[in-house]
Amino acid sequence: MSVAERILSRAVNEITPGSIVNLGIGLPSRIMHYLPDDFDVQIHSENGILGAWKQAAPEAMDPFLIDAAGAYVSLGQGASLFDSAVSFAIIRRARLDLTMIGAFEVDSAGNLANWKIPGKFSPGIGGAMELAQKTRRIVVLTNHTDKYGKPKILHTCRLPLTAKACVSRIITDLAVIDVTGDGLVVREKLVDISDAELQEKTEAELNFATGEGPHDTA
Amino acid sequence: MKKNQTIEQAIAAIPSGARVMIGGFGNPGTPFSLIHELLRQGQTGLTLIKNDANEAGHGISKLIENGQVSRLITTHIGLNKRAIDLMNQGQLDIEFHPQGILAEKIRTAGAGSFGFLTDIGLDSEITRPEDLLDWQGQTYKVEMALSADFALLHAAEADWLGNLVYRGSAINFSPLMAMAADHVIVETPSLAAPGHFRPEHIHTPGAFVDSVVSLAQLTSDYGIIDHHVRR
Repeated sequence: MSVAERILSRAVNEITPGSIVNLGIGLPSRIMHYLPDDFDVQIHSENGILGAWKQAAPEAMDPFLIDAAGAYVSLGQGASLFDSAVSFAIIRRARLDLTMIGAFEVDSAGNLANWKIPGKFSPGIGGAMELAQKTRRIVVLTNHTDKYGKPKILHTCRLPLTAKACVSRIITDLAVIDVTGDGLVVREKLVDISDAELQEKTEAELNFATGEGPHDTA
Repeated sequence: MKKNQTIEQAIAAIPSGARVMIGGFGNPGTPFSLIHELLRQGQTGLTLIKNDANEAGHGISKLIENGQVSRLITTHIGLNKRAIDLMNQGQLDIEFHPQGILAEKIRTAGAGSFGFLTDIGLDSEITRPEDLLDWQGQTYKVEMALSADFALLHAAEADWLGNLVYRGSAINFSPLMAMAADHVIVETPSLAAPGHFRPEHIHTPGAFVDSVVSLAQLTSDYGIIDHHVRR
């Protein structure tokens, strides 16, 4: 299983039946393909869809129907289509139950940085700020370290923030970590790794939950 | 009153230096034919307002690459490396807003109001101290309404009166821009006589529309983009 597949196959369990979910562009948007075809969920896409579903069959692809990532989605039963002001009213009025989103950095207070690397990467804010600030539950999906092996889970984010104290859970290729009032708590390990090794790959201090099984979701 | 015009007449109303809203989120809703005519006529010094910059070589990116655009007000240009390069080289002035804030600024202008109060980005670097307003014990960010001289829109169907119906995810910014621009130009591949639509199914009422251009056919610009198809 690739690193991405490991993150995605764990992340799909975060989606509870009957919920309204936004899946960020990139890795999170691929979660849709891990859901059973009859799963009861409404996927929101910020370009104006509630009820987006997996890529349409080739003969049914509609060039006038994409999701925010550009995929030629189909629509589930009961889907609706609307303008961008309504789409973001859904977000700002906190009608989304869950957003899964990528990160450049996330820290022990649940601060998220994912929109700008000054001098290197500034393609714009898109919907990230409103999603991060207003969704009821934010789950970050990220590699545990960057491509140079440096930690992405920090004491305090150094990049410009997308939103403060917004993250509930971090799912990496190594572990599932919750942001709590007492700091970061490791809930599950997704690979065979010692506490010390995991801590070494993490700048923020980790607390290791004892006596809690992999099904504990705090 | 019939609002039908030729594409040449409709676009000739736009002077150099105009502020122009352009519908579309990615391809859906992008009025490729109107953009192509603007490219052909060559107006310069334009300020464009659009969700994104399309992809390099497509849609408004053609106007940007042709040097007709001095400023772009947008939310995200991550799919257009050419536009990012021009921004980084200082050849294109770009103003970014959170996507729903851009939509709401346009909607607000379209509703005849001047601004609104929000908490989006209050703690972030996009907020300057002079944008803050303390009111009855709370701190808000003031967002001003955003209007334009022109809007260029694509409608799936229209009638001579300018009543519009959009399709799929091509709604996005179009009904908001139709309300916020002083002069609204619409292209459509399906122009009907008044009475064709059920009145309650019309997305944009004709009062907001000035000019309707009938397209004989949709070019390949409007088709499926192969690299967005998951294999």
